[in-house]
Order: sequence, then C-alpha cells, then structure tokens
Amino acid sequence: MTRKRFTQAVNEAFLEEMERDPRVILFGEDVEISLFGDTRGLRERFGPDRIRDTPISEALLTGMAVGAAVAGYRVVCHLMFANFLYTGMDAIANQAAKLRLMTGGKARMPIVYYAAYGGGSSTAAQHSDSPHPVLMNLSGVNVVAPSTPADAKGLLKAAIRGDGPTVFLAPRLRGGTTGEVPDGDHLVPMGQATVHREGTDLTIVSIGSTLNHTMTAADALARDGIQAEVVDPRTLVPLDEDAIVRSVQKTGRLVVVDEARDRCSAASHIAAIVVDRAFASLKAPIKRVTTPDTALPFAPKLERALLPDAGKVIAACRGVFDHQGDSRCRTN
Amino acid sequence: MGDTDTHSGSATVWPLPPDPIPMLERMMLIRSVEEKLCADSRAGKLPGNVHPYVGQEAVAVGVCALLRDDDFITSTHRGHGHFLAKGGDAGALVAEVYGRTGGACGGFGGSMHVADLSKGILGANGIVGGGFGIATGAALGAMLEGNGAVAACFFGDGAAGQGTMCEALNVAALWRLPLLLVCEHNGYSEFTASSVVTAGSIAERARAYGVPSAVIDGNDLAAVYSATSAALEVARAGQGPSFLEFRTYRTRGHLEAENGFISRPYRSEAEISAWRERDPLKTFEARLRSAGLLDTAALEELEKRVERRVAEAVAFADSSPVLDENSADWATLQVSAALGARS
Repeated sequence: MTRKRFTQAVNEAFLEEMERDPRVILFGEDVEISLFGDTRGLRERFGPDRIRDTPISEALLTGMAVGAAVAGYRVVCHLMFANFLYTGMDAIANQAAKLRLMTGGKARMPIVYYAAYGGGSSTAAQHSDSPHPVLMNLSGVNVVAPSTPADAKGLLKAAIRGDGPTVFLAPRLRGGTTGEVPDGDHLVPMGQATVHREGTDLTIVSIGSTLNHTMTAADALARDGIQAEVVDPRTLVPLDEDAIVRSVQKTGRLVVVDEARDRCSAASHIAAIVVDRAFASLKAPIKRVTTPDTALPFAPKLERALLPDAGKVIAACRGVFDHQGDSRCRTN
Repeated sequence: MGDTDTHSGSATVWPLPPDPIPMLERMMLIRSVEEKLCADSRAGKLPGNVHPYVGQEAVAVGVCALLRDDDFITSTHRGHGHFLAKGGDAGALVAEVYGRTGGACGGFGGSMHVADLSKGILGANGIVGGGFGIATGAALGAMLEGNGAVAACFFGDGAAGQGTMCEALNVAALWRLPLLLVCEHNGYSEFTASSVVTAGSIAERARAYGVPSAVIDGNDLAAVYSATSAALEVARAGQGPSFLEFRTYRTRGHLEAENGFISRPYRSEAEISAWRERDPLKTFEARLRSAGLLDTAALEELEKRVERRVAEAVAFADSSPVLDENSADWATLQVSAALGARS
C-alpha cells in the first residue's frame, strides 16, 4: 500500500496499461499539457502516435474511438469535463452503445470515455454536471464512478482491459484526495460494490463524488448512536444490486446520496430496486440526497447550498428514523 | 485529381478498369438483390424498411473493387450496395434484412446496420453522417498499423450537412490519415432537394482543409475507378486523405415504401427518366460491348449466374430461423451484456 492522490492513481493506471499493452492509445483535448494532471507525462513516455492532442471536436472524437476500437486498438478518449460528453453524445449513444448488439455481438468496443464530473468549484452550469443517469439509461455502456484513489486506479485498469465501452467519470473535486493504493497490478472488477464502513442501523449508498460527505455524516451519526453502513457501488452499470439489497436487508433503512439531479437519478433507480427486492425489510421510506432539478448556478454560496453535503446526509438519515412527510431530502 | 469536374455530360472517356467483367457482375448482383428486397417490401413481406441503392451501384463497386479485405469502409442507411461491393455475402445480407439468425448480424441489425467486420465492413448506419467519426478512427488505426490499409467513408450529400464532415476533414488533414471521404451526391437529403439544404459546393469544402477533392460522374464506373485509384495511391503512400464527390442518383425512393405515405411527389418523372437513361449498369454494359469485351451470350451467362446467386441467397435466408426471444444468440448477448466489461 502506498498513499496517493486520486489524480496520481489515475495517471498510474494510464501509464501501467499503456506500458502493458502497446495497443492502448489515448487522445483528447490538451492531453499533452494535461489540465487535470491525469495524463501528465504520457506523451513523453509513449510518443505522438499513442498520445494525441486533438481539435475541439467531441462529436468526431467519440466516433473515432469506435473506429479505432474496431480497427483493433484499446482506446481512451479523454473528454475533459463531463458536460462535453453531451457534445459527443451521438457516437456514444448511437454507435458505441449499440454496435455490439447491432452486429450480433461480433463488435468489441474496448473504449474508455474519460471525463471529470461534478460541481462545487464555481465552474458554472456547463462544467458541473453529473451525467451518469443519462448514461445509465443508454444500456450498452458501462458507467464507472469511483470515489477513492485505489478504486479509480483499479477500475480504470479494468475498464481499459475490458471490452466495454465504458464511461469513466472521475469526481473532479476529489482529484487531490489521498488514499491508500495497493502496490502492483491492482485491478477492481466491474459490478462489485464495496463497503466503506459497516453498520447495523441504516444503509447509506454513496455514489462517486459524495463519499467524503457521507463518511463525515456517518461519523456524526455514530456519535448519536446510529451505526450507518456505507456502501459504494463504484460502478453504476453494471450495478451490484445484491450488495445494496443485502445491506438493506440487514439494516432496514436506506438513504442514497448522489450528486446527480434528483429526477431519474442513480439514487431514484437504486431506491426503485430496493423497493422491488427488499420491500419487506424496509422499516422506513427511502430517502434520496441529490441535487435539485436545476442547472447549477455560478455563485459559490448558492451552488454549495444546492449540492449534497454532510449536513443534508445527516438530516436525511435522521429523517429516516423519524419518517414523516416527504420521503426526499431536497433543498428546493 | 486537381480541379477535375467530370460530372454529368462530360465528354471525358476514362480508361476501362483492368478486369471489368466481374465489376459489371457485382453491379448486377447488387441490383438484383435489391430488386428482390424492394419487391418483398412492396409485398409487405419485410420487417422494417429498405433504402434502395438502385442507380448508384457504380460508386460502391468502383471504389470497393480497389479495396483489400483489411481496408475499412463505413456505410450509410443505403448500405446494401457497399456491403456486397466490399465482399459481404448476399445470403447473409438477405437473411439480415429478413431478421434471421443466419443474417450478417444474426438478425440484430437489420437492413440499416449490415456489417461484416471480417471484411472490414464496419456497418451500414442509421445515423446520417454516423460514419465520419468511425472511419476517421479506423483510418487512425490503419495508419498506426503501418500496413498501407485505408478507410473509405461513404456518405450522401445529406450527410454533408453534419458538422462531423468538417471535423473529419480537419483531423484527417492534420494527421495525414489514410482516409477516403466518398460523397455520393444523389441530389436529395431524404425527401428534400439538395438545392434547399446545401449551400455552395460540397467538394470545395475539402479544399479549405487542404484536402484534394474532385467532382466525378458517379454513374460512370470507369470514372469512379480512376478517381479512386488515384486517391488510394496517395492514401496508401501515407500522404493523407482525399475527398471524392460522385454525382449520381437513386432511381427508386428514399425508402421503397415511401409512396404509401408521402403527401406529394418530390421529384419529377422527367428527372427520374433522364437519370434512368444514364443507368450505370446499362452504360457500362454498352461500353464493354463497344470495346468488344462483352457479347449477348456472355451477358446472358452473367445474368444467369446472378439470378442463381440471388435465388441461393433468398433460399438461405428463408431457411434460416427467425430471431426471437428464445434464440440462443439473444441469450448469449444478454448474458455478456450483463457481464459488461468483466470479460
């Protein structure tokens, strides 16, 4: 184990996989300079054939990833901010997500669309989205949203080796977060949740960027005698439903924390699954801590007021023990 | 290619391709398969729609005759011709259009998505302009392989309205990708005339990116072959992309079934007949006859062979099981989809 920053773990994953397999290539806007530091040093190490700065042409780049993949390469298409997925959405939704089925399973799509997502630093409405719900609904793309440096590294390596396609969403504000990362060839399989904290009274499912808030909340709740179990799905497609259901069957209560807007969020999807599969275990309505159904404003104070935080998670969890009124914890 | 403009009415006589008879036969095969599928469509026998390529066969055959199995093509919703020209199997095509498990895509794709990756056919595409990114990426792959392979992107004048055409030109020019952008200008974006939706010259747009382009008579197989040959030489030598705008016409509808639902005609009978006079099969056949390379007996022999091939293709398709929820392929695909990237 070595303590590393999230971005450093991602950078190592790229480096190790490119070292391991000469057919891994990476392209995107400003990947040589590396705005976030995640692709730093790759150009020097692997040269201009395998690491390429591209024009600002997301609609083409996402399709190029499909073409290069079918031509036999493992492709990382770096899209910088997750909002730019929308600019490149046609090829993700209509080509990458569908080609495998449309060819009767013959086309392999070893593609990772990499982007940093989430709000919280006044990048305003067009650089702050958490677009995983849109991607989850596509079917045909894996959706990865890790929260720790170790999971980021292990899942990114697995995604590059897999026959995807995968959208890898790095929580932007967690780039500097440090954590223990296993040494050596560390892989985390898709579709396996992890439990960050065990508990008996309440399950909190925490997605990607929200983990710090959730852990802070869980500590505060423990001081009040509420033992929360924190489950991190790590990948939303495929989703480890069993791990979530198992935890709720043990605790009987569920709060889902998700930075996506509330409507059709991962949180609402997970809530629906738990109602389907563990209704009899539920002692209280499920609560969702999400972002209200609005574009994120620029002004930091208002932006912060809208995003999930530890206070909202604590309030939602307390609400589960005192379940009256609206089953959601929302600020709007 | 320079400033060549040889579309409609040009007096230029292009040299015949070196082995023209199989090319005529391939055009005849495409025509016959599509006539059968169109008849099936009108009879209500087909699930979904077909977009007939009838009238444009010289483009697919003239380009693909010069391509190798390891060259890539991306195709369009009007993709049967490209599929057969690049070496796709006629039985697999018909079975796919019929939704059978023996189809090129096991019945999962249908007419608009016929593909054969083993032949470099990266698929017909239901998204107009959907091939620009895929072909550019495949050309990048081909360049990295360094084996002289290329990617040819077929698209219509309608697709020239998509911004990705210009994005592809930019990237391909910057990186000197072995990419052929093959515009089949048939005069219509679905049901709307080009003059309504397309400003200026499509081929000229390529020049702005420093990509050589030409406007060529797409109904003249010899012209298509010559222009493609020159462009391929450039691409295979690592000297970058080319843009070929072939003027052609589809003498059938955007969809075979369109007369059942469009509210008014969008083309004149006179226009359609004028282009029928310039039918690429008829004109090439006449050229071969006058060159002494084809006589009536030889043509009849070709016709018989094609007829036999189509009958075999249809028989294969008819005997192939219908894809349904109990098919083994569906179960396998669902299981592996659930596994996601765990493979």
